[in-house]
Formats: sequence, C-alpha cells, structure tokens
Amino acid sequence: MRPFDYFEPETLDEALEILAGDPDDTLVMAGGTALVILMKQDLVRPERVLGLRRIAELRDIGASDAGVALGALATLGALARSQRVRGHTVALASTFAAVGTVRIREQATLGGNLAHADPAQDPPVTLLALDGVAVAKSRFAERRIPLDGLFTDLFETSLERGELLLRVELPPLPKGARATYKKFLPATLDDYATISVAAVIATDANASVTHARIALGGAGPVPLRARDAERSLAGRRLDDAAIREAAALAAAATDPIEDLRGSAAYKRAMAEVWTERALREVA
Amino acid sequence: MTEHRIRFTLNGEAVDVKVAAERLLVDLLRYDLGKTGTKDGCSVGVCGLCTVQVDDAPMSACLLLATQVDGASVRTVEGLASPLQEAFIEEGGFQCGICTSGQLVAADALLRAKPDASDAEIADWQMGNLCRCTGYYGITRAIAKARDAR
Repeated sequence: MRPFDYFEPETLDEALEILAGDPDDTLVMAGGTALVILMKQDLVRPERVLGLRRIAELRDIGASDAGVALGALATLGALARSQRVRGHTVALASTFAAVGTVRIREQATLGGNLAHADPAQDPPVTLLALDGVAVAKSRFAERRIPLDGLFTDLFETSLERGELLLRVELPPLPKGARATYKKFLPATLDDYATISVAAVIATDANASVTHARIALGGAGPVPLRARDAERSLAGRRLDDAAIREAAALAAAATDPIEDLRGSAAYKRAMAEVWTERALREVA
Repeated sequence: MTEHRIRFTLNGEAVDVKVAAERLLVDLLRYDLGKTGTKDGCSVGVCGLCTVQVDDAPMSACLLLATQVDGASVRTVEGLASPLQEAFIEEGGFQCGICTSGQLVAADALLRAKPDASDAEIADWQMGNLCRCTGYYGITRAIAKARDAR
C-alpha cells in the first residue's frame, strides 16, 4: 500500500474542517472494508485518508419524524441486530444480515456502503424501496438527498467534495405495508447478488394496491427503482396478471452489466423471475 | 506518511507501538508482534484466515489499518484458551490446518456472542471461514461439541 497521511478527528466539525483542507486528495474511511482493498490494489491513491471512527454521534440508530434515522457509522451488524431497525421493517434488518460475512458486517458501515456505491450491494436496494433519504453535510451546508438521487454511476455518487454522509432517514411505512428483500445467489451465500429485489406493498380494504415500491440491485450501474412496474400496480389487486406484468416492466427497467455473475440478458431474465417472487411474497 | 502511536490490548497484554498510517493490522501482528497464528490468505477479506477479534467481534486483520484498533481489545488465536481447541482435535476439525486459527477465532467469537448458537447459526457465522480441504463437517461438529460442553 502506498503511504498516505491519516487523520482521525474526534468531532464532526473537525472532520469537515480536515476534509475542506484538501478535498480533492482526501478519501474518507468509515469501516474501511472497501477503501483498504482499493488502496491495497492501487485502485485509489489518496494523499490523505480521513478516518471517522472516533465520531461517536454518527453511530446512533435513532428515531426521526415518526420514522428512523440510521447513523452513517452504524455497522451493518449493529443495524441487523437493532430492535429499532427490526421494528421499522423486518426485511431491512434481514437485508443488513445478508451482507457478506459476519466479519464484514462487524466492520463495514452504512455510510461507507452507500458512499462506495457498488451496484451489487444489498442495503441500497431495500433502503431505496423504503424511500430512504441521505443527509450530508459540508463545512457550509447540510442537505437531504433522496437515495434515488444519490447513486449516479458505477461507484459514483452525487456527494460533493467536502461533504460527509451523516445518516439515512426512513419515513414511517404506510399502515399494514409488507416488505421483502430477495437475493439471487447461484454460487455461494457470501457472494454479491447476481440480482436482488426489494418490494414494499400496501393495500386497502379491497386489496387494491395503494403503495408500491420495487428496487433492484445488480441490475445496472446503479441500484434502481422500477417506477413503471410500481405505477402498473397502482389501484390493482396483486393477482397473477398484475404480478407478471410488473415483473416484466421491472426487467425492462434494468441495464445489467455483463460480468462473471452472468450476461446482461441472463441478469435481465433473472430480474423478472426474482421480482415476480418478491411480489408473490408480499401479495 | 504520518506515523501514529497506538495503544491497545493484545490477548490481555498492553501494546504501545508506533505505526505508519498504511500499516495493516495483520502485518503489525505477524511481523512486529510475532503473532504468526494470524495468517494472511486472500488479503481481500474473503477467506477468513486472518480472523481476529476486535472488542470480541470477528474481523479481517487484512482489511484493518493498525490505527483502527487504537484503544481496542484485540484477541488472536494465541490468546484463546477454550474448549473449542480440544474439540477441534477430538472431532478432526482440521485437515491441512491453514484455516484453523481463523476458524477457532471466529468460532470463539460466536460462542461469546451466542453461547446457545443453533447449528444453523454456526453454519451462517462460519460461512466466511473457508476450508479448502472442505473439512466443514468436522469443524461444525467441533463447534457444536464446545457449545454443548458449556
């Protein structure tokens, strides 16, 4: 690994100050599971690394406007175990528990996961389907970024130089909403998903859909919302025809990258299969 | 290029050393502190050979900068004194042995976190510790035996 200067401030204000000092040559490290590998493989060459581990306030998993606020430094393991997360959506706790292995979950953090913006990661998919909003702060301003505006390209986000992720806020779910996260793992359980799907559905007394969210991972350069599929379900019962139609629309929304987990055509086909399975589970 | 003084507990003993910012924990343990039970296998956090406990949680020493354990309590295989070790011998919990220290450190972390871990929880927890001899049945039996002996 190439040498770098390491900073480990105690407070958020100090961290923002250090970042502002040389934003173009400073990379931010939370847990380090992604960044340390990138540095070891010489894929990034920061002159300075800003370690956030001492900023305790960013670890909080708390309440926010009837929803929940997940601190950027909360580890994926802590989020998987959190009663507050489970109380919001069991499927969200299961999503965090589905990441990699126990070692990764104990070290990796929510903020690192989102800022890394790997499209095959699990948490962004479910957080998208739950209408998550990232809160970021620079030395000058704090702003809210709905998650579907955070991911801009492969490993790219709309975070600006000098900004740090503070937390992700999730609004309360509609009453009676059902949610699931499904991950297609044809090789090993600790692999990245070939395709993953999160679905959130709420229905009224007539079983007509009042709220539909479908998000996919591994389906393109960014985790994405299948908006046409969501719209196709509005006001309908989740019967066989509605589910099949939505699954086909979800597959049409994908733009998969061919890699060792499959061709683009295969992943698109699997997006349809797994969207259908997810919708049947929450029907 | 910065150098950092870090203080942490290693297997119950105080450590106070200076490290370069880019020093990895696995290298600090092996080359500076002589704890060669922690192996460097895949170097990308997948194989589990370098599993150590940081404040009782299992982590990959190949993915941690040494600075990240400043103030923490670190346990390596040299610090274990657990019925697990006897159980691994009795149940044939290893073949070539390269994964054994990581398996033991991970399994010890599991039994600390979940003394009554189910067989499914054992399988899930140990998923990140690869045995390329595929000796998983013996490893699983050994962990279950140590659990039941408590």
